[in-house]
Amino acid sequence: MLLMLHDLQSVSQRGINGLSLGAIYALGAVGLTLVYGILKLVNFAHGEFLTFGAYMAYLVNVTWGVPLIFGILFAIATTALLGVALEKLMWAPMRGRGAGMLQLVLMTIGLSFLLRYGIQFVWGTELRQLDVNVTDTVNFLDLRIGRTQLIVVVVGFVTLVATGLMLRMTLLGKRMRALSDDLELAEASGIDTSRVILWTWIFAAGLAGLAGVFAGAVTQLQPELGFELLLPIFAAVILGGIGNPFGALAAGVLLGIVIEWSTFFVTPGLKLAVGFVILIIVLIIRPEGILGRARTV
Amino acid sequence: MSDPLSAFHLAVSFSAFTDIDFWTSVGILAGTYAIFATGLQMNVGFTGIFNFGQVGFMAIGAYSMAILTAEHGVNFWLSLPISILIAIGFGLIIGLPSLRLRADYFAIATIAAAEAIRLVALNARDLTNGPQGIFGFDNSWNSVSDSIEEFIVDLGWTDVPSLFPLFLVTWVVAIVLIVGFSRIQRTPWGRVLRAIREDEDAARALGKNAFSYKLQSLAFAATTGALAGFVLALNLKFVVPDEFQPLVTFIGYVVLLLGGLANYWGVVVGSVILWTVLEGMRFVELPLSETKIAALRFMILGVVLIGLMAFRPQGAFGKREEMVLGD
Repeated sequence: MLLMLHDLQSVSQRGINGLSLGAIYALGAVGLTLVYGILKLVNFAHGEFLTFGAYMAYLVNVTWGVPLIFGILFAIATTALLGVALEKLMWAPMRGRGAGMLQLVLMTIGLSFLLRYGIQFVWGTELRQLDVNVTDTVNFLDLRIGRTQLIVVVVGFVTLVATGLMLRMTLLGKRMRALSDDLELAEASGIDTSRVILWTWIFAAGLAGLAGVFAGAVTQLQPELGFELLLPIFAAVILGGIGNPFGALAAGVLLGIVIEWSTFFVTPGLKLAVGFVILIIVLIIRPEGILGRARTV
Repeated sequence: MSDPLSAFHLAVSFSAFTDIDFWTSVGILAGTYAIFATGLQMNVGFTGIFNFGQVGFMAIGAYSMAILTAEHGVNFWLSLPISILIAIGFGLIIGLPSLRLRADYFAIATIAAAEAIRLVALNARDLTNGPQGIFGFDNSWNSVSDSIEEFIVDLGWTDVPSLFPLFLVTWVVAIVLIVGFSRIQRTPWGRVLRAIREDEDAARALGKNAFSYKLQSLAFAATTGALAGFVLALNLKFVVPDEFQPLVTFIGYVVLLLGGLANYWGVVVGSVILWTVLEGMRFVELPLSETKIAALRFMILGVVLIGLMAFRPQGAFGKREEMVLGD
């Protein structure tokens, strides 16, 4: 139907935009959903992990003038480190005290302020650009596709597939899913839960850092970069069934495409509102998520 | 920052502490957030529902009033009750589907709903004039404000700040609301809310329709949100989408938690402390740029929120027996 109304060029260009946006959502959502599943922590500071990653890449890529690939690796490493540091400083002690979920939610909101405005304190509010070529295009089957977008889509999907395989195939992935299903049961069956929790933070924050660099590469950097992505990422988490990493991966990609294609029907400024309306509709008719298992919600 | 010496020394300009115009503005801000958070207090402190979309009701109230008055020529005073009804309508629309959800889903659904409202305000240019916003809704208020000012001048205070009438009205509204809400809380209806907060299943077993009570609690929050929106609009003299960021709701939570949960007077304490500290910081001359100081204010807000939740989850002045987050 889209093809009947619009030319192939714009449908596919927005499709690619949707795929790159979807890859960013999915990379953000998989970590958020794992942290939720394992720690029952609704992390409102997850968006700031993306922002932090983007600025770390900026530091290496623009301030130090090193190629972006090193910036990406640095961003993943430092954001993962941030995740681990916060686990040690905040979340592990709070779990030890038996803090309630909503107490923790408000702490993550405080942390989100601290990180976002800490970044604003250091880098200011001006828009910043990573050293990437945003105008260069690649011709593919007579279609012009933005080169940066294409790289984001390819690297993003390779990472997503690798993450999926890690969760499905490796012992660590199985342990993460076991913790997500039932933490006490996993602990009783001899899994070193605190180690798995640390690895979960490394993956969640590292992938968020990568997503942040991608978001910075296809748009621009500013301190609200990650916070603006947080709600659609939450939407992907819920659509995929909260706590279900495979669902989050699929729902993130799907949501990215739907949001981009919705601009054929609504003004681009409203595309995020479309995402929120989808989220609210899904919450009404299927709160366990499209791919989630039915359970009490 | 123009003085070269102050760039290197931490200095406090004491003269500004007596600047009545400045403190009138701070007082209006504190009053606005006290009104805003009174409804949140009913939701969070007394019903146990975590409304993260309070700023959405503020936006609906402010925009409805501005659109009705400036675009459709509706009488300003008539536009206020209509706008409150519209905000309550939105509260019901948002609450009907989402209040059936678990607490964490409800929080995300309400913040998403509030963001959807802001994005529509930003993009529906025919209705809201987009990012430029709406002006010219406050003529009726201005004449009332002038009469109050003249009345005060007649009493003998000649250099009364031009915003002083709004300050008075804001705090009258805040105190009337708080006294009213405290009374409502002591009625059988109010006790059912607390029963739902403590144990929803038990309240249901006693034949109380918990869902309906929660919806009514949300409608009260929508009302105070709309009222705070009116004050904000009259204070700014325009209504723009940017004033309704999710941040506003979170500041409302800081106010709530500073003052303590399950105590309506707590929101006054929380709001006055928060805004006195945040705005008072302007007098501490730091050798930093404007953006850095703005960022620092919000970093402090974050630290306060983290610290409160880590060490005093019942809020700075809350009673532990009454309500602790996380039980």
